[in-house]
Amino acid sequence: MVPITTIHYLVVAAALFVLGVIGVLTRRNVVIVLMSIELILNAVNLNLVAFSRMWGGLQGQVFSIFIVVDAAAEAAVGLGILIAFFRNKETINVDEIDLLKW
Amino acid sequence: MTPVATPFFFYMLSGLAVAGGLLVVTRRNAVHSALSLIVTLLAVAGLYLMLYAPFVAGVQIIVYAGGIMVLFLFVIMLVSLERTIKERQFNRMWPVGLAASCALLALFLAVFEKGKKLFEDRPLPPLTENNNTQQIGLMLYGNYMFAFEIASLLLLVAILGAVIMAKKRI
Repeated sequence: MVPITTIHYLVVAAALFVLGVIGVLTRRNVVIVLMSIELILNAVNLNLVAFSRMWGGLQGQVFSIFIVVDAAAEAAVGLGILIAFFRNKETINVDEIDLLKW
Repeated sequence: MTPVATPFFFYMLSGLAVAGGLLVVTRRNAVHSALSLIVTLLAVAGLYLMLYAPFVAGVQIIVYAGGIMVLFLFVIMLVSLERTIKERQFNRMWPVGLAASCALLALFLAVFEKGKKLFEDRPLPPLTENNNTQQIGLMLYGNYMFAFEIASLLLLVAILGAVIMAKKRI
């Protein structure tokens, strides 16, 4: 069997990233769009940790922790906006959120 | 200590991760999507363990699968509507989005195919001491002190913003 190298992890991360992009571009439900963004951030984290293993340093792992912090902040603010919007307009579909469009 | 059956675990975990991601973007019910996302997150944590990053794996499980997903589930309960499950789930431009995503995947794979030689025959560096968490802590409080403080400030601002926006009246 082929030994597992860095490129294998990169392919898995690319697959997760593309799945996240599909979710962001095609779904209507805002909650699922936010979950797809989490998928994208996870793919980036996997890349960083794989490269950190490849070069033998720990910088990649430290960066991935900062990305987890960012993901937490993004989820909190995004879901707060979503609740405020749902209270006003009674919808969570992306294509019905068009207040700034005329 | 040499790990055993590495390819088997790698393919199992990555299969789980990709299957979970696929379910996230295709399920009709948002709760099912959230549960599939938890499967993906746990599989990615397993991949971190295979890359000898135990601290990042722990953070992934505690913060992502434990904290962020609970937040998601709460919000799904708060904003779920009966009628959204019966509506169509994909927007009108979905073929364009799907085509663009497939083009992106093809681009990634082409780049990897071209750069494959960079990764072949490169022996992975030997693992240093067995104190990953201690090393990360020293880096966070040494070299990355300023970034660490900025991150804490970012979290504070995010908490305040979320509370203010979700409150009915301030």
